[in-house]
Amino acid sequence: MSAPTPQGTSTRPGRKQVTLAASRRASRHYTVERPRRSPLLTALTGIVLLYSLVPLIWLFVNSTKTQAGLFGSFGLWFSDDFALWSNVADTLSYDDGIFVRWLLNTVFYVVLGAGGATFLAVLGGYALAIFDFPGKRGVFAIVIGAVAVPGTALAVPTFLMFSEAGLTNTPWAVIIPSLISPFGLYLMWVYSSSAIPTELLEAARVDGSGEFSTFFRISLPLLGPGIVTVLLFTMVATWNNYFLPLIMLRDSSWYPLTLGLNAWNSQASTVGGEAIFNLVITGSLLTIVPLIAAFLLLQRYWRSGLTAGSVK
Amino acid sequence: MTMQRRRAMSAAALTGAVALTLAACGSDDSGPTDGEAAEEVQNVLEEGGELTIWAWEPTLDQVVQDFEAEYPQVSIDLVNAGSGNDQYTALQNAISAGSGIPDLAHIEYFALSQFALSEALVDLSQFGAGELDGTYTPGPWNAVNQDGAVYGLPMDSGPMALYYNQTVFDEHGIDVPTTWDEYVQAGRDLQAADPDVYIANDTGEAGFITSLMWQAGAQPFQVEGTDVTIDFSEEATVKVAETWQQLIDEELVAPITGWTDEWYQGLADGTIATLAAGAWMPANFESGVPGASGDWRAAPLPQWREGATSSAENGGSALAIMANGENSNEALAYAFLEYANAGPGVQTKIDQGLFPGTSEHLADEEFLNAEFEYFDGQQANQVFAESAANVPEGWSYLPFQVYANSIFSDTVGQAYISGTSLTEGLQAWQDALVTFGNDQGFSVNQ
Repeated sequence: MSAPTPQGTSTRPGRKQVTLAASRRASRHYTVERPRRSPLLTALTGIVLLYSLVPLIWLFVNSTKTQAGLFGSFGLWFSDDFALWSNVADTLSYDDGIFVRWLLNTVFYVVLGAGGATFLAVLGGYALAIFDFPGKRGVFAIVIGAVAVPGTALAVPTFLMFSEAGLTNTPWAVIIPSLISPFGLYLMWVYSSSAIPTELLEAARVDGSGEFSTFFRISLPLLGPGIVTVLLFTMVATWNNYFLPLIMLRDSSWYPLTLGLNAWNSQASTVGGEAIFNLVITGSLLTIVPLIAAFLLLQRYWRSGLTAGSVK
Repeated sequence: MTMQRRRAMSAAALTGAVALTLAACGSDDSGPTDGEAAEEVQNVLEEGGELTIWAWEPTLDQVVQDFEAEYPQVSIDLVNAGSGNDQYTALQNAISAGSGIPDLAHIEYFALSQFALSEALVDLSQFGAGELDGTYTPGPWNAVNQDGAVYGLPMDSGPMALYYNQTVFDEHGIDVPTTWDEYVQAGRDLQAADPDVYIANDTGEAGFITSLMWQAGAQPFQVEGTDVTIDFSEEATVKVAETWQQLIDEELVAPITGWTDEWYQGLADGTIATLAAGAWMPANFESGVPGASGDWRAAPLPQWREGATSSAENGGSALAIMANGENSNEALAYAFLEYANAGPGVQTKIDQGLFPGTSEHLADEEFLNAEFEYFDGQQANQVFAESAANVPEGWSYLPFQVYANSIFSDTVGQAYISGTSLTEGLQAWQDALVTFGNDQGFSVNQ
């Protein structure tokens, strides 16, 4: 009785192996465009996708609810009343439209902070990649070291420095530290050294172009994708900056959106404070819309390498 | 406002006849001040100047606007620098940096002595604030009055009441408890009737349990200058700990932390059936729990002894004048402070839902008879005013209560999540506080 069973099990996998091997042989020509499907990888990717999308879906679903609806309905589905438009209107008008002020502050910090940081990173990265000068290795070590230091660790020393200079509680306290982006500098350095062929620069020099006009007229267009990448990184970092403004700013009229939303949220835990969870949620949704828009608009610039194939 | 009127009122207040006659004066009333001081204040106001105030009290906004309209020479910058501990941290930073200190700051009663002791606050008795004795109910007045100095004027007060969800109690046919023993029993009955209903929520909150000790007549913290005594072994304290221990052991309290969104939800959907809190709560009910309007009522706190009428303060805060404020105009700061917390500003704040600490307003007929739409027409201020009158005297907080509260969940809070008891937790809290206090230069006895 027991004898046939092991025999049976030993033959069946064998037959299966044959068919597996046959099928593998039949469809061996997978390409980059048509890769082999892996159920495991698909499932893992699906989980990651879900993990990243659920908070966004939650945010959208709940921004359509009133304060009462938030507490009376299931979190991941709509409640009976669709209040998105009135929530948006309330968010923009609550407390004399302070949200709009915070939005403008944030845009101001991003334009000056992230824009300035990108500009400096491009200049520095380009110079480090193209020119040779004594102490370059030292600069490299410092930049790499600076990438490793988290900004949070520097916040308190920065606060004390700015306090000495009398700059706390002013917009400069947020903008000036945002101008420094070691990671952006490093990225531009690496990108410049690969994206700008030395032959091109030599040709420009031979044709009598000065270094500045070479940079602006020849190199800068080539650096486009790198610049956009750095710009996106610094934009996201400045847009989401929380800790630095938190310790620097006291006056809520200079708050960026992150601090403002937090202030609204903590109203609910204040005696006599008005709980406005619906506005906090709608405000958060409005806060991420510009970032999503920036990504969608800029991604085509940074998808393709401009220099691909320009030099043989 | 004429000076005669001010003086007449100060006389009335000093003789203790605070009650109904004054209510007739309407919202134009001002706290009593010494005649000369009043004149000086008037001069300062005409001269004008700038003031910076750090406060998170929402009703203060209107007071500032009214004040600026009445005294156009004065310009006030009202800054919300965070609420509670956030603001204290910012304030402490500004004090140690020696710059950017506001002229006035909003400070809760429990934190007041911490700032007073480090000489960060101006003693207001030099402006005649000592004569405001009687203007305020005992709880808030004792809180700002330390060793003969006045370190702020009470902004609001929080005489406690038991808020309960009438609909839930009716549904299960359970009576609203009048003693804490009945309260525990009601907790059992509610759980038996519906496992989703809890008598209360609690995950360990320092302000709450110390208020219960206060109500029970305990005085765990005694402060004489830098001599501090911490003692959780009084009979009253033990009674509080043992009673509350039953609620924890039998899992009768919902493990929901106060002031979270989950808490608001629990108050709205009937999960949390009662809430013992200060008289400031109605404003939060109205804005945070609009869905349960009509379900809730206010009752006197359950008692530790049957037939007693004892109460306690929970929360409440003062506006204090900071030493070395950035506009260094303490006289003007006091002029505003008096207007806001003893003068016409009080009525402005009451109209927006603040619960005052002034005896005059607490005795005002109109105030007492106000019907709360949220509480289905109940005249809840009567409950609160009675509670304010029944607060035991002699309570004080530690001169490092902000720190003490910050380590509460590491010590007493453990009783809610692990096998330790509240009594053991209190012991651990006491040990930590004694060590900390001695390190800070106090001499702490146990």
